[in-house]
Parts: sequence; structure tokens; C-alpha cells
Amino acid sequence: MAEPRRKPNLVKTKVPMPAQDPQVRIKNFDEVALGYTPEQAVEEARRCLRCKEPRCVQGCPVNVKIPEFIMLIEEGKFLEAYYKILETNNLPAICGRVCPQENQCEKHCLRGEKGEPVAIGRLERFAADYAASCGEPRHEPTNPAPPKGKVAVVGSGPAGLTCAADLAKMGYQVTVFEAFHTPGGVLVYGIPEFRLPKRVVQREIDNLKKLGVEIQTNMVIGKILSVDELFSEGYDAIFIGTGAGLPQFLRIPGENLNGVFSANEFLTRINLMRAYRFPEYDTPIKIGRRVAVIGGGNVAMDAARCALRLGAAKVYIVYRRSEEEMPARREEIHHAREEGVEFKLLTNPVRILGDDNGWVKGLECVTMELGEPDASGRRRPVPKPGSEHCLEVETVIIAIGTTPNPLIANTTPGLELTKFGGIVVDEATGQTSRPGIFAGGDSVTGAATVILAMGAGKRAAKAIDAYLAARR
Amino acid sequence: MNRIVKKKVLAPAVKLIEVENHLIAKKAQPGQFVILRVHEKGERIPLTISDYDREKGTVTIIFQEVGKTTTLLGRLEEGDRILDLVGPLGKPTHLEGLQRVVVVGGGLGTALVFSQVKELHRRGTKVDCIIGARNKDLIILEEEIKPYCANLYIATDDGSKGHKGFVTDVLKRLLDEGNRYDRAIAVGPLIMMKVVSNLTRQYGLPTVVSMNPIMVDGTGMCGCCRLTVGGQTKFACVDGPEFDGHLVDFDEVIKRTAMYREEEKTAMELLQRSLKEGV
Repeated sequence: MAEPRRKPNLVKTKVPMPAQDPQVRIKNFDEVALGYTPEQAVEEARRCLRCKEPRCVQGCPVNVKIPEFIMLIEEGKFLEAYYKILETNNLPAICGRVCPQENQCEKHCLRGEKGEPVAIGRLERFAADYAASCGEPRHEPTNPAPPKGKVAVVGSGPAGLTCAADLAKMGYQVTVFEAFHTPGGVLVYGIPEFRLPKRVVQREIDNLKKLGVEIQTNMVIGKILSVDELFSEGYDAIFIGTGAGLPQFLRIPGENLNGVFSANEFLTRINLMRAYRFPEYDTPIKIGRRVAVIGGGNVAMDAARCALRLGAAKVYIVYRRSEEEMPARREEIHHAREEGVEFKLLTNPVRILGDDNGWVKGLECVTMELGEPDASGRRRPVPKPGSEHCLEVETVIIAIGTTPNPLIANTTPGLELTKFGGIVVDEATGQTSRPGIFAGGDSVTGAATVILAMGAGKRAAKAIDAYLAARR
Repeated sequence: MNRIVKKKVLAPAVKLIEVENHLIAKKAQPGQFVILRVHEKGERIPLTISDYDREKGTVTIIFQEVGKTTTLLGRLEEGDRILDLVGPLGKPTHLEGLQRVVVVGGGLGTALVFSQVKELHRRGTKVDCIIGARNKDLIILEEEIKPYCANLYIATDDGSKGHKGFVTDVLKRLLDEGNRYDRAIAVGPLIMMKVVSNLTRQYGLPTVVSMNPIMVDGTGMCGCCRLTVGGQTKFACVDGPEFDGHLVDFDEVIKRTAMYREEEKTAMELLQRSLKEGV
């Protein structure tokens, strides 16, 4: 007997994801988006058209088998769906939460042409969270003994974790070196708890350990051991995934006043050191009644939303272009606005004003107009003469981007760098100018996204395997 | 790793610990520091490496109990472990090509210049050393540092030992008497380093100071330890901790150091209460 024909769910919008009420959530650091129930996930999975040539997969930097895992969710095979994702993506619970899906997989979804695309990210998150709730983490591969070789991974952010996991699965003995006391890189110090709970990151770290990967924390490579010393300690290849941890400042007067933070410092105090729970935790944070966050990316949104949760009465995003040019995800901008963050667009800070004791008391800005397109293709903002005005704030957070940390580059002779300090690599393999040293993620590209770093980690793992196979 | 193998009380609230960490001991150089964390909910704080023993694989840290973290650190005993220890961080001191140097240590600063004095002596540099404190009980490492100094001078605020007055009085006298140095190294409270720098500027004596601002990561990532040196923003953790004292904007650093004073007080009060209750 023929199977009854499948009728997809033709509703034009995504099944809404339950979320904490904005008025409640600005008083806590708990996760904002609550995730789908199994029923909601199945209903959303039914929206997938099962395209013959799925464009979504091509839009994903790690080519997750999207239609296949969605089909499994529709059939109620949630664990199987999770394993299907794991075939190409080691960190689904994280990607499902922080990937810019609207610019990747979901951007190419056919359903997006007449309505909203399938909520691929939310489904990915659902599958991963479901698996975790079952206490059933992963199929553990049995590694061949002895290991095929020893690889050192420097940095335990998304690039390093992905590279380490793939190499461990291929049968290498992998050690990850992390400078902080907790592994996870930007996933733990940068992205706030309300967007990515730290237990989710911890879960992935635990999975990595189950694969046999050793993680050494408190190890600043470039200081305690150089890359060359790692080679002499018997590592056959090295992957550098040290991220873009160097904060940029505006170079305007008043930047060293009390109450001015780099977004890195502000977020590290809050996310890694849990300053929002001071004095239960020892690390403090200082927040004024009014806060200006300078910048328009995800980091700026995170900082603004953290500031609200710390009790600020007024939080501004100060951005020199218009909303259209903002690099932040639409969802983040939407969440920030829902929570009461005020957007000062086409506004450029020129000076931070201080009181007699060295504390911030205001931010002097000029209004901008959009002129001709510049090298980035975006219309260049130009100051409007006579438009100087002052925002009264006690805290200024600078979130205008970061550049690669030079610590490794400075201590590794022969490593070729780009003008902005990124490590030069062959894009397809991550191979640097030095044999046996590979790199990927923000340390190569400058600040980008979690998934792009993961893609780079994956490519490098493959290339390291090929490199070491050729040497065997 | 990170086991305390030796502990000594040098002065009220000033303690010395020798900690096992072979990797850090192997790499440490004078002028560098470590960042440590004492418990799971603890803060990360920077402390200067006072000494190291490459063969034993230990580093020596001398600290003063001023806040919650240093107080908790001071309660650890021999055999206990420090939860996290990261280092060596910062740039080592440049000590090359010096014939004669004057080193000024104020309070705890004496501990921090100790490894430099030792290293200078090893290199054959003649070192005049001035150490000072509020009173004689707070003078530390006098006997330990003496063998490495050509001359050792002591100053106390209350006159209970050595010269009554400030280390700068002694320094001024030495300079006025016609002593010529290639460099001054001053480590101690910010105000002392500021006064020393102001004095040596008048004599055209190049002066190195060691900054110990608030830090979080210690690798250049957070920018919390920034200060203005010669009109430029520098990060103490990676560009320092040592800087040209004549170029440092001390007034700014002094203000920045006060940033968390209230919170530090709160944390300290809560700690003292819980220690009293024996929790």
C-alpha cells in the first residue's frame, strides 16, 4: 500500500519560540529564549519542503545535513536528529543559539521567499537540548591505539574545540591549551548567560574530554611555552585558534576615565567572573545609572543588555551609521529594543567628559549624515557641522571590535601576518607560513562568528590529518 | 602543581610563599608577574614574582594582605594548593649594560625589587638600595637584600629605624652628594613612585617604575590595566609592568586604582564577618 502523501505545514511564519517576558528578563541573567517543546519542534519541522537540492546546506559553513535532521525531528526521532547534526557539527547546542542563521542556512530557505524561512537554528537547538535532557550525549568512537600523532591546539574557543574534536575522532592525541582558568574562549567570557548558558558550553567541553582530549587551563602559550617549544615537546602539529582578543579603543579624549570599559573587560567580568553576583563572587563591576555602549555589533547588544540587567536605568546604543548598516543580528537588535535599550543612530562620540575625581559624567557626540559609499560599500557617515551634543552617562562601554592578540605572533619566528595582525593562512587548509602550524578563526580573520571559526577548525583538522599522513 | 612548599610571615600582614610550578619557575625573569585565583568564586589578581628557583621548580611571591583575595591567600598553609596560577606575564626588566643603579623599594616594594637587585648584582652592577616603610616593623627583607647591595639605606616615616622621613629624602641626599647612577628603579606605593620620578626628573636620571593596576586576564585582552605613558595608552599587562617613570601619568593611575574601593571594602567586611563566625 502506498504511503499517505506528506502535507507540509504551509503556515507562513515560524512556530514562535517561547521567551521570557522582557520586563521579567531584564532583572535576571537566565536564558531569554526558552526553546521549543517536542510538539512545537515537530510542527516547525513540518514546514520544511524537503527540497531536492537543499540550498540551506550550502549556506552553512560546516554543511550540516539540514533537511535530513529536520525530517528526523518530524518523525519524532529526536536523538537520531541530533546524531545526524553531529556528523558535521560538534557544537549544535551552541550553534543553535548563537549562529547568525538569518545570513546563512535560513537565508537560502525556499520558504523564506513567501514568508519566514524554516527555523533551522531553533530546530538544531531543540535536537541538542533534547539529547542533553536524555542524558545521552554521544556515540563515542573507539580510538585506534596507539594514536596517529600528537597535536596541540592553542585556544579553546569555537575554532579550537572543533579542530580538537575532529582530530580526536580521527585518532590523534590532542591537548588543548587555554589561557583562562575555564575553557570555552569567547563562548564563556564573551557571550552572556542569557544568550548562551554556560552549562551548555560545559556540556560540550565534557563531550570533548570524553573523546580523550586533554585540556590544560592557565596556560598562556607565547609566555609559558612558545610554539616552538611545543614542537620540541613532541607535538607533531599545532593549531592556533587564539581568537581576536585585543580590544580596540576610539582614541578620543577621556578614554581612561573611571567608568570607561572595553566590551571585553565588561563582558569578561560579567560572564566569566560572574560579577553580577558580587559579593557572592569576588569580582566587582561598576555600573552607572546611565550607560552608553558604542558600537553596533552583537557584542554591543550583549553589553547593553548586560548593563540593563545590572540595574542601569537608561542604556543607549551609540552607532555612527544607520540601523540598516548595523552588523548585529536582527534578533539581537529586536531583543535589545524590547528590553528598553535606546538607539542613538547616526551618532558619533568625540569626547568622554569626566568629573574632578576622574569619573565619567558624559559623552559628547556629533550627529552624522550618510554620504557616498566608502571602501566597505556602506555609505560613509559624515559629521553634521554644529550638531555637537552631550549624553549624560556615568558609564561608557566601547564595543567597536577587536583585533588578533599578538602574543603568539610575537613569539613565533617566521609566522607571516596580515597588516591588521591576523595570521596569514591558506584558506582551504589553514596552513600558515610555517610547516606544521595551522591557524583558524578570529586569529586569522579578525572578529567574526562562532560558526565561521568552527568551519575553519574543521578544515584545519582535515588538513592536519593530511599533513601528518603524508609525513608518516 | 601550585603547592605551597614554604610560608613565612615577614611583617604584620606581609607574607612570603614559595609555590611549586616547574613551568613558571623555568621561564620567570625579574620584573614579571603571575595572576592567581584562590577559590572557585574568586577574583583574578596580579602579583609580582619576587624570586624563582629553576632547579627546585618554585616561584616566590611576597604579598600584603590588603583585600579579600590576598587575605585568603595569606590563610593558605604549607601543603595547600593555589587554585589557579598563570604566568610568567609581562615583560622582563631590561638590566643590560648598567654600571651603577639606585634601587628604591617602598613597603612591599622591597620584595618586588629583590629579584632585580639580585640579578643586577650577578651581572656585576653596583647597586645602592634605599628601602623604606612606615615603621621598623614594616621593613622587610633587610638581611636578605643586604649581601647584593653596595650600600643599603633605610628610611622610616616615624624614625624607628634609619633615616626619619621618606626614601626620597635619602635619594635626594645621595644625588646631591654627587653620586652618579645610570638608572633608578623605584617600586612601591603609587605616590612614592610619583615622588621619586618627580625628583629624578630634575637630575635627569632615567627612572623605571613598576605598575600594578587592576587586571583581569593579564594577556592584553580586557584593557582594564591601561594607563597613559607619554600621552599614549599602554596596557600594563603586556606593555609593562615597568615603564619610564618620567612619562607615566600617575594622577590618572591613582584615580583608576580607586575605581573599586567601595566594592573592595564590602568584600573585606563580609570576609571578616564570616571569618569571625568561623564559616
